[in-house]
Amino acid sequence: MRSLSRYRRHRAVAPLLLIFALLGIGTTFQVAGAATTSPMTAEERTAAIEEGKEIFLRGCSSCHGLNAEGGAIAPSLIGVGAASVDFQVATGRMPMADMSQQAMRKTPIYNDEEVAALAAYVASLAPGPEIPSEEMLNYERDGEIAEGGELFRTNCAMCHNFAGQGGALTQGKYAPSVMGVKPVHIYEAMITGPQSMPVFSDKTLTPKEKLSIIKWIKAAEKEPQLGGVALGRVGPVTEGLLVWTLGLGLLIGIAVWLAAKAK
Amino acid sequence: MSARERIAGNVANYVDERTGAAAWMKKNLQKVFPDHWSFMLGEIALYSFVILLLSGTFLTFWFDPSMREVVYEGSYEPLKGLEMSAAYASALDISFEVRGGLLMRQIHHWSALIFMAAIVVHLLRVFFTGAFRKPREFNWIIGVGLLTLGIVEGFLGYSLPDDLLSGTGIRIAEAILQAIPLVGSYLSYFLFGGVFPGVTFIPRIYTLHILIIPGIFLALITVHLMLVWYQKHTQYPGPGRTEKNVVGYPLMPVYMAKAGGFFFIVFGVTAFLGAVASINPIWLYGPYTPGQISAGSQPDWYMGWLDGLVRMAPPIEPVIFGYTLSLNILIPGLIIPGILFTGMALYPFIEQWITGDKREHHLLDRPRNAPNRTALGAMALTFMLIALINGGNDLIATNFDLSINQIMWFSRIGIIVLPPIAFIVTKRLCLSLQRADRELVLHGRETGRLVMMPSGEFVEVHEPISPEKAWLLTQHEQNAPLQLEEKDARGVRRPGLLKSKLRKRFAIAHAEQVAKPTVEDLKEIEHH
Repeated sequence: MRSLSRYRRHRAVAPLLLIFALLGIGTTFQVAGAATTSPMTAEERTAAIEEGKEIFLRGCSSCHGLNAEGGAIAPSLIGVGAASVDFQVATGRMPMADMSQQAMRKTPIYNDEEVAALAAYVASLAPGPEIPSEEMLNYERDGEIAEGGELFRTNCAMCHNFAGQGGALTQGKYAPSVMGVKPVHIYEAMITGPQSMPVFSDKTLTPKEKLSIIKWIKAAEKEPQLGGVALGRVGPVTEGLLVWTLGLGLLIGIAVWLAAKAK
Repeated sequence: MSARERIAGNVANYVDERTGAAAWMKKNLQKVFPDHWSFMLGEIALYSFVILLLSGTFLTFWFDPSMREVVYEGSYEPLKGLEMSAAYASALDISFEVRGGLLMRQIHHWSALIFMAAIVVHLLRVFFTGAFRKPREFNWIIGVGLLTLGIVEGFLGYSLPDDLLSGTGIRIAEAILQAIPLVGSYLSYFLFGGVFPGVTFIPRIYTLHILIIPGIFLALITVHLMLVWYQKHTQYPGPGRTEKNVVGYPLMPVYMAKAGGFFFIVFGVTAFLGAVASINPIWLYGPYTPGQISAGSQPDWYMGWLDGLVRMAPPIEPVIFGYTLSLNILIPGLIIPGILFTGMALYPFIEQWITGDKREHHLLDRPRNAPNRTALGAMALTFMLIALINGGNDLIATNFDLSINQIMWFSRIGIIVLPPIAFIVTKRLCLSLQRADRELVLHGRETGRLVMMPSGEFVEVHEPISPEKAWLLTQHEQNAPLQLEEKDARGVRRPGLLKSKLRKRFAIAHAEQVAKPTVEDLKEIEHH
């Protein structure tokens, strides 16, 4: 120690101490900051619910009612849970742009914080499905791709098409494409059954099976265009279209050219 | 004579002395064919058939038509470890393990689509130009047979890989089969060797697809071409072309070179499609399980109209004596196609019956000069097109933001209302074109040059058309409708009066024409 104290008046001491002090402050903030993402405290939750209620009154209540009890044109939101809100609002489906056949995916109007607040508010009305946590959504680790494909074809393809490209339902409704959807939203759609979609409870599809489906969808998104242009992955209709336009068009064009040359 | 020529001569002589082929060859290699692009449509079909044989043979080397359960261990990750039939697994192996396999599969499938499309446009050409008239009625029937066989062959072909889409197609075919009253279920059991899907169906249709039907195809195509050869090719009207000659080029060397070259062009276009555009991506569909179905399950285009008809059929399923009669499948799936194809096959005879024309015809009609036939064709096409469009109703609904129910109702009403409208419009169009031809012959071509007369009047200068063109526009026959006497020479009413009345009405409708200009008309005009 004595040897160290010899340097206490060294000219490098001041800058060094400054660096240590800054590092210390930084680390403290880091730790304190990280602490805020851990489960909300009761106070924070209350604040979020308050904020969510305010957003709800401004943006949702005209259709869903002042107490989310529903109305002539919109269902009650009591008991739909945070997962429903997160799916509908974070994918831009709610608020709807117009009263068309069904709410479509679009750029979300509310940011993540506002969505979380809205979810907290609706969840506070009555218990319902919760937003799955990051840990629950580790599909790369827990999912199994081939099984996911089989499950998708058995449970989802009848509406969303064999490659997840979506399809038509009755009266102008449709099953949207599942390409480019965040895993958390796919999961939420399965547990809440938005719009025409049925609910896939944990008894129908276990959480692991849900992750397998997500894993398969994510692989289908990245699926290379094997065999050339994929033509939308909607089956033989586009193939027929191509053969009548490009295929036969080219051949008849060449036939006309050949016959014309002979003159 | 050079040494090479001497050797070639000796070889040819050697062969000729033993086969006597020289005279036959000389005669036939000089056979003349008329030249027109629309005469090459059938060639596209023929060459596609050759491509189908070649690529199909390649595929048989690796395809295993067996329903044996295997576990997929190939290189396509999303299916690894799944249980599937050996048929599907081997089709996947052709796609991913066999060198050039996917390309060949895609060439084979694109070629099938081109084959069917070429048959259809060839058929339309033959129909609208009246090439089916005597003496070519049999060839027309063979053509209709080839079309029908092509639909069946194509369907069996894409049913072979046993993927989800093909299994769905077979399921629908089974439903149509079962809808046949009384024998339907027995036929289904017979074909599937028990309950759907069973293990015998794929091996059976494999034999049909690669042996029986191609064999029938080969035989029918041979007869089809031999008849063209024997009866000589029809030709479009023009100066110097009569019912008794054929104006064109000899087979050797012109058509040998042309047809040979065109074969490679067809092969090239097919290979190009096979190389750049994915077709029937069976690995995406997954193995077939009766419990699965995909949205937008459609057949290939040549079956699309059939699917469209089934999709628009109202749900009529009466129960008679405790048995369900599936009219909603039976009518669109069997009865309407049966009527359509029978009517198509018999059309040459129907037209003959209407016109009473028993003469041979080697000069083709310009479609406008047979307004009734052209209108009838347009009517049939409209019917087929609406059915075809309804076959893709789900994709139209999602892509154009429409309701699938609206499209279905449009099709249901449209398929009854629009074909007659198409008939009337087309007939009017043909008659108007005839009138325009008449104007052209009588008053010449409008030059667009306006001349101001001394009186201040503006007149457009007309130029007379060339004699060749005038001949082309006036060469066709305009026959009066068939005269049917209600009573014969002894004053006895002919039997089957209703039939004669109907025939008379058809004959009048068929003979409706705008009178073509006569020499007198032209002279009178020149007088002015």
